[in-house]
Amino acid sequence: MINFDIIVLGASLGGLKASQTILSALPARFSTPIVIVQHRKPDSSASRTLTNLLQKSCALPVVEAEDKMTIKRGQVYISPPDYHLLVEEDHFSLSTEAPVNYARPSIDVLFESTAIAFGKHVIGVLLTGANIDGALGLKAIRSCGGLTIVQDPKTADAVEMPFGALEVDAADHIMPLNEIGPFLVNMCCR
Amino acid sequence: MKNLLPTNYQLMKHDRDYEGLELELLIESIYKRYGFDFREYAPASLRRRVLKCVKDEKLNTISGLQELVLHDPACMKRLLRSLTVDVTSMFRDPHFYVAIRKKVLPQFRNYPLIRIWHAGCATGEEVYSLAILLKEEGLYDRALIYATDMNDAVLAEAKEGIYPLNEMRVYSTSYHQAGGREEFSKYYTAKYGHARIATSLQKNIVWAMHNLTTDSSFNEFHLILCRNVMIYFNRSLQDRVHNLLYDSLIFQGVLGLGAKESIHSISHEADYNILDKSGKLYQKLK
Repeated sequence: MINFDIIVLGASLGGLKASQTILSALPARFSTPIVIVQHRKPDSSASRTLTNLLQKSCALPVVEAEDKMTIKRGQVYISPPDYHLLVEEDHFSLSTEAPVNYARPSIDVLFESTAIAFGKHVIGVLLTGANIDGALGLKAIRSCGGLTIVQDPKTADAVEMPFGALEVDAADHIMPLNEIGPFLVNMCCR
Repeated sequence: MKNLLPTNYQLMKHDRDYEGLELELLIESIYKRYGFDFREYAPASLRRRVLKCVKDEKLNTISGLQELVLHDPACMKRLLRSLTVDVTSMFRDPHFYVAIRKKVLPQFRNYPLIRIWHAGCATGEEVYSLAILLKEEGLYDRALIYATDMNDAVLAEAKEGIYPLNEMRVYSTSYHQAGGREEFSKYYTAKYGHARIATSLQKNIVWAMHNLTTDSSFNEFHLILCRNVMIYFNRSLQDRVHNLLYDSLIFQGVLGLGAKESIHSISHEADYNILDKSGKLYQKLK
């Protein structure tokens, strides 16, 4: 049986509500670190709001990732606005390189770096969004042996992102939004 | 032949292992051939940038890039531009400049000479932003700004101070968010779709090549800005460069970092006082 050491979650349009739904299903003892890229405007005041909003619906501490911050168990990390967020072994790195898929942070950048650093010990979750970011990153996770979940487009506010992932055959599971949180608990709290 | 691009997701495990080896060999070759030391750069983003070069050079593998770069210095020039991220803008993170204006510059009021080092200045936009602040606070004529970068090509652009005019409209907004009270257009002259920075802002700036990974300290400064430069370094290189910056600050000198950088987990953490938390301004204590 595979131990999952990290969960990465990507969301765009409609993503706040979707992330809240998933986080609210996790108990305080949930220890696998979760890293979230949510597309948004490069504005730091809006970023504090996002962290606060997610914290309200989550029993685990939610923090904004900083450069070289160690990835700890029992934490939820949000990508800071206007930087790419990358995973290296046990910590984060940031980058101000050009946007990928018109996005900075880009979900592909996070997903791909996590796939390389954590191999089969990753769960990747791609949620609602009106852009194709995340599809290739999720595929990278899958081809490195990780487990991938795509939100069922029928339950997504915007379907382009889930469909983008399905088109490149990146999904191990297609799940309605309300089943994703309980599934993560089942996979990680055994 | 397999196509080793970031978008290629069909690589098998052993291909990815070779990719890591190829990357290591490329970086080692660049260091031995040209002296540019990327050996302790943060690997995840370095890999992305190298693979982008492979694609831009219309090659298939990192090994192919290694062969080209060893034999062709012009390719090294292009590679250097891609490997060193030079994304920058005027008054990037306006609240940083508000904090500089309110908490740092007042401390310099009585100094006869203010020495400033802008390390990793890229194409110079942030250097000129600081120059504008110094001007408005009446300190420019007593200030000497050393603006350094490891890449002579971007330094040449920085020294010229010519930027696309349409960017100035965006910068004008950031300037006012940063506490600017003047007409932003007084700091440049517009011509043929470009803006040339006023020469009065350029006269006290010294542009010079300096590589943080291989060069040493060259003076003592009252203020050092090194923003979004060390995010591309791994932890041990970060720590070394932090030593260099610490040694280059006078007592009570101020270090300014990027918005999402911090001095947590560096050896000198306890030797700084937090002057402004969100502005990432740290004052040397000892």
